[in-house]
Amino acid sequence: MNSLTRWQRPGLTTWPGFGRLTDLRDEIDRLFESPLAEMARTSHLLSGWTPALDLYEDKDNLLVKVELPGMKREDIDVSLHEGSLSISGERKSEQKHQDADVYRAERFFGRFQRTVTLPTPVAAEKVEAQYKDGILTITLPKTEEAKPKHIDVNVS
Amino acid sequence: MKATVQNDQRRGTEPQPAREYVSPEVNIFETSDGYVLEAEMPGVSKESLEITLEGNEMTIVGRRKDEAMPGEPLFRERALTDYRRVFELDPAIDTGKIAAKIEQGLLTLTLPKSERVKPRRITVD
Repeated sequence: MNSLTRWQRPGLTTWPGFGRLTDLRDEIDRLFESPLAEMARTSHLLSGWTPALDLYEDKDNLLVKVELPGMKREDIDVSLHEGSLSISGERKSEQKHQDADVYRAERFFGRFQRTVTLPTPVAAEKVEAQYKDGILTITLPKTEEAKPKHIDVNVS
Repeated sequence: MKATVQNDQRRGTEPQPAREYVSPEVNIFETSDGYVLEAEMPGVSKESLEITLEGNEMTIVGRRKDEAMPGEPLFRERALTDYRRVFELDPAIDTGKIAAKIEQGLLTLTLPKSERVKPRRITVD
């Protein structure tokens, strides 16, 4: 059994036209960003596994949250390269259910990768990642230069 | 269709309370001993998970802890709604022995079949 694909009713062959549709989906994503990205994300048929990702900014930090339920910490890889943050990994299907009858198979197994271009420079050596309750939280402190500065106006 | 753990379709049309829910994605397996149900609920911990049994209906509700918005959102894909899904249980399940655990946002429910319905070998004297 190929652990990278979703379970299918035996005898059903994969529809061949998805490659094109995926391209189209990417195109649409670029046009509309979040609202459609959300819809496309839930459609595993077209996209494979694209874990949901949020990016927040406050005065001192950028904060990334990714939903990765049921993974092992060592299977998640976070890297920072020239202002883009990459989160990748693999969720392996568990061998123990291989011989069982499958009633529902909605969860996705396999590889994923998400890359975010960061809007401000960050201090790479201070980046921290935490994995809790299936959510990966990455805190990226901004570099001193990128932080907003208060400038006192002197009255002479 | 075989009696099994399945979605209760009727619940979908009922008016829901003010709070909105999303349906967690599940995998369901059946072995000779029972069923295993896995549900993805990132953001839910042991304390914010509620599983209730009423007759043959099992309701799973997972509440996300109200996360304080950490600054201004630049990009959002996560739906921060709570999870809810109702399943109709196979009558063969021994509801007294259902076990649940949640690890890194993945709920695993073990639903054993009662002893009397398990396949067994009868020895011929």
